[in-house]
Amino acid sequence: MSRRLASGGRLIDRARPLKFTFNDQHMSGFAGDTLASAMLGRGQVLAGRSFKYHRPRGVVASGAEEPNALVGLGKGERFEPNQRTTTTELFDGLSATSQNHWPSLEFDLLAANNLVPQFLTAGFYYKTFLRPRAFWKHVYEPIIRRSAGLGRAPDAESRDPDRYELVYGFADVLVIGGGVAGLQAALAAGRAGARVMLWEQTAHWGGRAPVDGVEIDGQPADSWIKSAVEALEGMENVSLRLRCMGAGVHDHGYVLGNERVADHLPGASGPRQRLWRVRADRVITATGAIERPLSFAGNDLPGVMLASAVRDYVVNWAVSPGRTVVVTNNDDAYRTAIALKEAGEDVPVIADARDEATGALPQKARDLGIRIMTGTGVQKVKGGKTVTGVALCRIDSDGSTHTEVLDCDAVAMSGGWSPVVHLWSHCGGKLIWDDAQAFFRPDPDRPPLGHDGAGFVACAGAASGALGAGDGLADAHAAGAAAARDTGATGDAGHPARAEAPEEAPLRQVWIMPARAGYALRMKMWLDFQNDVKVSDVQLAAREGYHSVEHTKRYTTLGMATDQGKLSNINGLAVLSDALDQPIPATGTTTFRPPYTPITLGAISGEAKGDLFQPLRRTPMHDWHAANGVHWEPVGQWRRPFAYLRAGEDVHQSVNREVLNARSNIGLLDASTLGKILVSGPDAGRFLDMLYTNMMSTLRPGKCRYGLMCNENGFLMDDGVVARLDEQSFLVHTTSGGADHIHGWMEDWLQCEWWDWKVHTVNLTEQFAQIAVVGPKARALLERLGGMDLSREALPFMGWAEGTLGGVRARVFRISFSGELSFEVAVPAAQGRAFWDMLLHQGRDLGVMPYGTEALHILRAEKGFIMIGDETDGTVIPQDLNLNWAISKKKDDFLGKRGMERVAMTDPDRWKLVGLETLDGSVLPHGALAVVEGVNANGQAQTEGRVTSSYYSATLGRGIAMALVRRGPDRMGEVLRFAGAHDARIEARIVDPVLHDKDGEKLHG
Amino acid sequence: MKRYSAFAIFREALRQHQGWTEAWPSPEPRDRYDVVIVGAGGHGLATAYYLGKNHGITNVAVIDKGWLGGGNTGRNTTIIRSNYLQDPSAAIYEKSRSLYETLSQDLNYNIMFSPRGVMMLAQTEHEKRGYLRTERANALQGVDTRFIGPAEVKKLVPIINLDGPRYPVLGALWQARAGTARHDAVAWGYARACSAMGMHVIEQCAVTGVESAGGQVTAVNTTRGTIGCGKLGIVVAGHSGKLADMAGFRLPVESVALQALVSEPIKPCIDVVVMANTVHGYMSQSDKGEMVIGGGADGYNNYTQRGSWHHIEETVRALCETFPMISRLKMLRQWGGIVDMTGDRSPIISKTPLEGCFINCGWGTGGFKAIPGSGWAMAELMAKGNAPLADAFSMYRFREGRFIDESVAAGVAH
Amino acid sequence: MLLLTCPHCGVTAEETEFAPGGEAHLKRFGPGSDDDAFEAYMFNRKNPMGVHFERWRHAYGCGKWFIAARCTVTLEVFGTYPAQTTEPPAGIVETIKAKRPEWEGYK
Repeated sequence: MSRRLASGGRLIDRARPLKFTFNDQHMSGFAGDTLASAMLGRGQVLAGRSFKYHRPRGVVASGAEEPNALVGLGKGERFEPNQRTTTTELFDGLSATSQNHWPSLEFDLLAANNLVPQFLTAGFYYKTFLRPRAFWKHVYEPIIRRSAGLGRAPDAESRDPDRYELVYGFADVLVIGGGVAGLQAALAAGRAGARVMLWEQTAHWGGRAPVDGVEIDGQPADSWIKSAVEALEGMENVSLRLRCMGAGVHDHGYVLGNERVADHLPGASGPRQRLWRVRADRVITATGAIERPLSFAGNDLPGVMLASAVRDYVVNWAVSPGRTVVVTNNDDAYRTAIALKEAGEDVPVIADARDEATGALPQKARDLGIRIMTGTGVQKVKGGKTVTGVALCRIDSDGSTHTEVLDCDAVAMSGGWSPVVHLWSHCGGKLIWDDAQAFFRPDPDRPPLGHDGAGFVACAGAASGALGAGDGLADAHAAGAAAARDTGATGDAGHPARAEAPEEAPLRQVWIMPARAGYALRMKMWLDFQNDVKVSDVQLAAREGYHSVEHTKRYTTLGMATDQGKLSNINGLAVLSDALDQPIPATGTTTFRPPYTPITLGAISGEAKGDLFQPLRRTPMHDWHAANGVHWEPVGQWRRPFAYLRAGEDVHQSVNREVLNARSNIGLLDASTLGKILVSGPDAGRFLDMLYTNMMSTLRPGKCRYGLMCNENGFLMDDGVVARLDEQSFLVHTTSGGADHIHGWMEDWLQCEWWDWKVHTVNLTEQFAQIAVVGPKARALLERLGGMDLSREALPFMGWAEGTLGGVRARVFRISFSGELSFEVAVPAAQGRAFWDMLLHQGRDLGVMPYGTEALHILRAEKGFIMIGDETDGTVIPQDLNLNWAISKKKDDFLGKRGMERVAMTDPDRWKLVGLETLDGSVLPHGALAVVEGVNANGQAQTEGRVTSSYYSATLGRGIAMALVRRGPDRMGEVLRFAGAHDARIEARIVDPVLHDKDGEKLHG
Repeated sequence: MKRYSAFAIFREALRQHQGWTEAWPSPEPRDRYDVVIVGAGGHGLATAYYLGKNHGITNVAVIDKGWLGGGNTGRNTTIIRSNYLQDPSAAIYEKSRSLYETLSQDLNYNIMFSPRGVMMLAQTEHEKRGYLRTERANALQGVDTRFIGPAEVKKLVPIINLDGPRYPVLGALWQARAGTARHDAVAWGYARACSAMGMHVIEQCAVTGVESAGGQVTAVNTTRGTIGCGKLGIVVAGHSGKLADMAGFRLPVESVALQALVSEPIKPCIDVVVMANTVHGYMSQSDKGEMVIGGGADGYNNYTQRGSWHHIEETVRALCETFPMISRLKMLRQWGGIVDMTGDRSPIISKTPLEGCFINCGWGTGGFKAIPGSGWAMAELMAKGNAPLADAFSMYRFREGRFIDESVAAGVAH
Repeated sequence: MLLLTCPHCGVTAEETEFAPGGEAHLKRFGPGSDDDAFEAYMFNRKNPMGVHFERWRHAYGCGKWFIAARCTVTLEVFGTYPAQTTEPPAGIVETIKAKRPEWEGYK
């Protein structure tokens, strides 16, 4: 039975007890505890249930590699599923609940899966649930989904109350991992003068060295660590950060760090977590190594733990799992037996798979009176929800008989260590198999490459395969010094610290225990504790042809749990290699992908949520709209008024009112979002001739011309009015959504194709507020403001003039997108709001009224004007819209001209623009298709046209529409049948698209 | 081939599962096959399967330079839908979707097709008009879709936030019979079924050259020797350019990285697939409980199967905004795939300038959903020389200006 | 997340400061060109596994277009140079040849 020891615990402060709950049971621990150590200290071994079989699960590890002890943490909006108890720092009031069971942790009905494990083998679901077909969706899948899934989902309406921060950082040398190797590497690089960042994922510097009893420079590890940290803190060029996990190494030295700023201080002010985005010239991963479990029957029972974890709990937190059998294939695990014994705990035996154990550590264990059995392994672990004993057997046997049965509370296992190579591998660093130490380690000759083609990641200490403290420090020093040198630092890196640790004898590669175990044992040997993948599953996958390590992983789900195989991968691929009778390196590893441990999605989002989700572009009149009943429409990052609602109106009523008012009085449109690009220079005319399908160079100063822009495919891309300002300058108006794109498009051609042309472009979109003053009384209103002669004669249609209106500097364009008498007035952005207010004020008795984008659409549709994005969709050429008049025949070349010459573009059967009139006056559904008899080769209904715009016209009192119809303009008067909802057909007659004021009387006012 | 069933599992369980055999054996290549398919991903294997099943051509080898299903088949977000705008797209994707419905039974391998429904959110007026248009088109194409209002969206997806301050949900295009499937299983199931017909599925066999005589393909050179063939199908996605080069022609294809990620698993909370194209993100929940998330592609050529981090940020932001409750879930794993994009972002299923050599590529970000339909069409094209489903997807359409542009229906990755 | 250096303003910056623009050194074919040439100009891309010349714009910086020589497999950037040229500068070509002896050259 696990419990808190009476003394010891280097990380806990017994003077500061903390209260917490687990499954609503009140418990207490100490400051410095993790949730795992506090639970174990309280005797709570059972922590959760496994994924597939719902087997009881207890803590197996002491750090980020923990696959079992995951809980739901917190309550309400701060609830968070799948938190590892081993990395959760205890705080007062912490509330945790166990996961994946029904109805309770102790009694889980879904553990019934566990009664028939021989049926639920790897891939069983690929072989069954096949019939009846409908059952998959309605019966099987829902059951599978409910029984899987681990943690509870947060409530549907929960809103994360915490704040997350994104931070940029820059470093010459970023050292990830604050164990002694990381500290040593940082010391070397820092002393040499490089700008160093050092991250440690836990709340403590120094890693495992103090637990392992290492002496450094003649002092206990703890005191060396303290002085090393002090030395680093004293260096101005070094910054240190605890609780910051190196999450991912991305291309060109871009490294992500996840700092848990206040996870242990819930509700504290400031961000909960911080996502660091660091550009580092060189990255040193001093991420240590992770101990491997051993595969023996019953190795998944709560109470079976990694030997190193047992040691951590004893030394760091004064928590003992109780009477513990140690099983190992190496010397290191003896440290655990020694630590337990020195803490006064009972270690009945150390079962060592090797034939002899003669090193310094085994000798010390013997001296302490611990019994050592060599050539011995575990036959099986006994127990139900916790360990009650073990049966031992000869390691080379088939496990059919045991040599001895012992009662115990826990089993500490060690199958050797694997360097943490994740960060090295994220960006393409390669691994080599080290057969002597039985692990994959980074191949220093094949590092990830940076932007300059040089390797930018190095590993230090255990992460590079130097497991011993002495070798590790030397290795880390060399890495730190070399990285600093690579970045141009010239200072003296100093000397590595020297560590004293006992020599260790080589391990014996043991992948299953006992070596010749039969099926009954192998189907109880867990590889992946969370996902319930066993030795027999991997062997089955191999038998069934899933030979690639990726196939086996995906077929069995080995290594796909929340620990991403940190404990299971090497054991699994060793078993696979054995099954395929090939060496381990021939099997290889699966791909290591970021993040190293999971990171909160909120932390990835950072501050970009709600109003800050994306930048918002506001016109000078934005606030007026907001205060006057606006119904917004997002247009790119702008928001434009769709309509302005008055009391008692719905949107449609508002729109109709706005349309009628513009036709009878005055409408005001905030057109500030329209693109305004100044194109000037001696070659400006020539340039615009290439950009537009029509001729722009012949435009006279003081005049405006409507033009079309196509891409090189000939598809219509943008349209708008060009005003010639003077001999060398043009003001190009684009669509609202197109401004940035068109400006970029211009620069593309000017810089990359016609770079000898003398043209300068500036995007002035935000420099001007632009207001369309539309309607029969428009001129009267502007004349009231005074300052410019806007008469028919002085400023004819398609002319523009510059002057002062109501005291505001203005450019007035006499253009119309509504068919009404219309002026577009551009004023400096800063005066836009004042000018808008002035128009509203002065025009009150004239019936002035703003209108939104929907009224804009209807007004133009009544006149048959096309709208980019409605009549065009990226597949429409100007000829389709009967805009041949705007395609110059005189020009040898313009962008899109060659594209339009292709066979499909000149096909007379292309769909072309027409107007439509429903026979019953109704509004056609948007996008409705005109149907003809018959089906095509693929059985689809044949069509001959499509509605591109469809509105209710308040002006005409009926539905109006524009459409693209096969040979449409040749078929005036014909009635087409459009498909409505269900099988309904709506009849509409092809008409001229210009439906209102066909003669253009109103245009001139 | 041993048939899969609950009974078979029961019988095997009684003898410690010793009776299972390889789902697809690993034979040595023969000197010659009637048809060689290069690329043992979903599309290549499906092509072989339908060559056998529909056209009786079984002297076929499917070869791959790596492990089968190791490309985009095994690294996509498994969405299956057919609510495309243009007729040729709707035809092939709907064929594909309907084949998926019975694929588990056809292959005797549970590929876990889950017709849970796919919705594409309309978050701007323009997007809404686009989906209304798609809805109208789908009705005539035999694709069962419906534009639904915000209330119905919320009912189907209780975790959605309809009233985000920037892009309120105006409705959605809903395809109830769309869904997801287990991606690896699709490749494995086809491979097993091909093997059962006597075809050879040969992994670790890279093509190094293409041989021809008189403008007609005759063989492929591989790392495991020269393999003669009557017809050759190139179905290698991101590596199409390289194979085309060996066969002596150029393709309108570029390879870029597309990324995806999954969260840690949680209990079921979203039962449909939601795509939010205005904000660039889509999400569904796998049977394991993970949120499967995808977003936009990189804009530069890339063969690394890694993408740029900022896409992940953008996607996660979009989805935290759309589904605020996921904010405290954690990203478990991110990865990338190499997608091959054509000039109009629609695929190519086509004859090539080399007689007897056919190509199937350019599925871009949306290939998984098309696997059965693509294989069906490619097999018919290879067997008969023409196929209605493949007709519009000829590689020659670019020079003629006959584009199949789906940008109205899907702004981003699909 | 690439790191690129703008040859115009000398700034080395994150990929997000730049906008990619596809294969560089394409020759434009306009009216009068044959179908092959126009199709190749518009659509057929080298898409190499290896050395690639590609256009970038320093969109959120100086606004200038430039060309990067970059490996699409390792992502190494061999160099960048202004877009106002019809082929890679000799210096860049030399750099690439030195680093990639097997490279077949720009054409």
